Amino acid sequence: MNPVEALAGATTPHHLILAPILVPLIAAAAMLFYEDRQRGAKLAISLVAAVTVLIASVVLMLDAKGEGPSGGTEVGLYLLGDWPTPFGINLVLDRLSALMLFLSALLSVPALVYASAMWQGRGQHFHSLFMFLMMGVNGAVLTGDLFNLFVFFEIMLAASYGLALHGSGPERVRAGMHYIAINLLASLFFLIGVAMIYGVAGTLNMAELARQLPALDEAQTPLVHAALAILAVVFLVKAGMWPMCFWLPSTYQAAAAPASAMFAILTKVGVYVLLRLTFLAFAPGEGVSITFAAQVLVAGGIATMLFGSAGILGAQNMSRMAGHAVLISSGTMLTVIGLGLQGGGSAMLSGALFYMVGSTLALSALFLLVELAERGRGAIASMLALSADLYGAPDEEMETPPPVPGLLVPAGMTLLALCYALLVLVLAGLPPLPGFLGKVMMLSGLLEDATTGRPQVWVFMAVLIGSGFATLVALMRVGVQTFWTSVDEQPPAVMVTEIAPVIVLIAVIVGMTWQARPIMRYLEATATALHRPSVYVNGVLEADRTVDRRQEAGE
Amino acid sequence: MELILSLAIGVLVGSGMWLVLRPRSFQVITGLCLLSYGVNLFIFSMGGLRVGAAPILTRGAEVDPAAYADPIPQALVLTAIVISFATTALFLVVLLAARGFSGTDHVDGKERKR
Repeated sequence: MNPVEALAGATTPHHLILAPILVPLIAAAAMLFYEDRQRGAKLAISLVAAVTVLIASVVLMLDAKGEGPSGGTEVGLYLLGDWPTPFGINLVLDRLSALMLFLSALLSVPALVYASAMWQGRGQHFHSLFMFLMMGVNGAVLTGDLFNLFVFFEIMLAASYGLALHGSGPERVRAGMHYIAINLLASLFFLIGVAMIYGVAGTLNMAELARQLPALDEAQTPLVHAALAILAVVFLVKAGMWPMCFWLPSTYQAAAAPASAMFAILTKVGVYVLLRLTFLAFAPGEGVSITFAAQVLVAGGIATMLFGSAGILGAQNMSRMAGHAVLISSGTMLTVIGLGLQGGGSAMLSGALFYMVGSTLALSALFLLVELAERGRGAIASMLALSADLYGAPDEEMETPPPVPGLLVPAGMTLLALCYALLVLVLAGLPPLPGFLGKVMMLSGLLEDATTGRPQVWVFMAVLIGSGFATLVALMRVGVQTFWTSVDEQPPAVMVTEIAPVIVLIAVIVGMTWQARPIMRYLEATATALHRPSVYVNGVLEADRTVDRRQEAGE
Repeated sequence: MELILSLAIGVLVGSGMWLVLRPRSFQVITGLCLLSYGVNLFIFSMGGLRVGAAPILTRGAEVDPAAYADPIPQALVLTAIVISFATTALFLVVLLAARGFSGTDHVDGKERKR
């Protein structure tokens, strides 16, 4: 066979899968050559890159959406360097990773536009770090190899360290120091877990590992499970499960608004890896370890939700509340993963995925909005918001004549208050926005399932509703104090480029409600594919090796 | 050799962990360095220990894999060293900044009253 025929006969590799990793990498590297004062050029480059990734992720999602449990050709596979599957590093695109790609790209564009107003000038290399963060997130959700996952995690984390410190200042540096120390320790755990898995199973490929697990002899199984447990600790730190989450609210509170808006996806990357690994490793076999893992996830997730609810009620300012709302959201997802491992059906899981997308978007918008709302108020005013309530603030407002309501309310503040109210609806899970839809689908899925009747399901339901209530109370309280202040106070100066990203994110959330049916169909198929790991495993292991193998066979 | 390596890993990780739990930022960073050395040795040991065996197979010739060392842990260790080196340097910069802001090397930025 001549080479041309062989080329024509071979399936062409799907190069677009590389785009979400390569485009931010190239953009970030290119921006290092610009002087820091050329912010306009840097902004243009990173916006172009972010929009390109967004478009690519939409195309990839449409690819992943085809027939079959995980998309058109089962899964999209990209072999780096065309090494055969169990040996080389590969990138895997299925519905879940396409969803995560789309979500991260969707968050990045508004955050960049927001940063263009002010934050990009507060420190060096904001745009490069931002692009490296995107590259790390996208790589982590695409890779099919454990050690490669570690590398992308480190890229993501190193960039997030820089972004968390962006703007500097004592508070930020102190919170950032704790954040870095904890994540460096977690990374070492990651290496230990990966090394143990390699030592026992002799492979780092996730699909190959999942295939080998049932065949391992009894002496080796506990070792692999111990290694998976060590790995899980790492991802649980990232996702902020309860005993390991104390760094999260302070870091997110201290970070610059566009940085924390992007950080909203970081906990979800931890959730994503847990979803992927637990369902790959545990779905085929029943045993002691799966019960243990599921129970740890359920208990830890519920504890996280309780801790987040207590934290959000006790927090004294909006940004700290937003940090605790992140905990509630990821705690919910962790519990759902645990229940899913115990036999929860795909209805519950798809509801949870819907909730995850909605709450991540809302959290990102909330971080942006909080900074705007808190801008006009001094740091002391926001610190005292709660104590003024408790101890009775001096009534200075009574001296001034009461203003005519309605006319004097500044337009900017009204807009902020309206956006804030919508976000509260999403986060508290009130109708008609996605927070409500997601929670209802989760609950109805749980009621229909085989798991119904177990005490932990009831506890989860109670905590889920309770945490929504806590969120509502806390956010409304601080919202009233912020937005219903006297008109004498100077309203915060808000630029159009700052409020527009928030409005766009809210529009996307509203769009999710409007298009809930097709989105749910996509997510249901995602959940079904997660429950059937053979889709992923076969998709990776039996995929064609594009060109070379056929050439070798022909020669 | 197994005994020496295990002892080395144990001592490195043990002392590293102890140092990480100390309240001074310099001790924390030293502890993280020691921990990462211990972890790197651990990765290295996971390929199986061999003395005097080359890690790379010769091209073309029929080879007996038993005569060679596993090259993958070595590649993993190299990557891990580079990454932990970079992140430690970053952490060091943050520690210096924290020291500059707070005037103390306590990890919480506040010196405890004696």
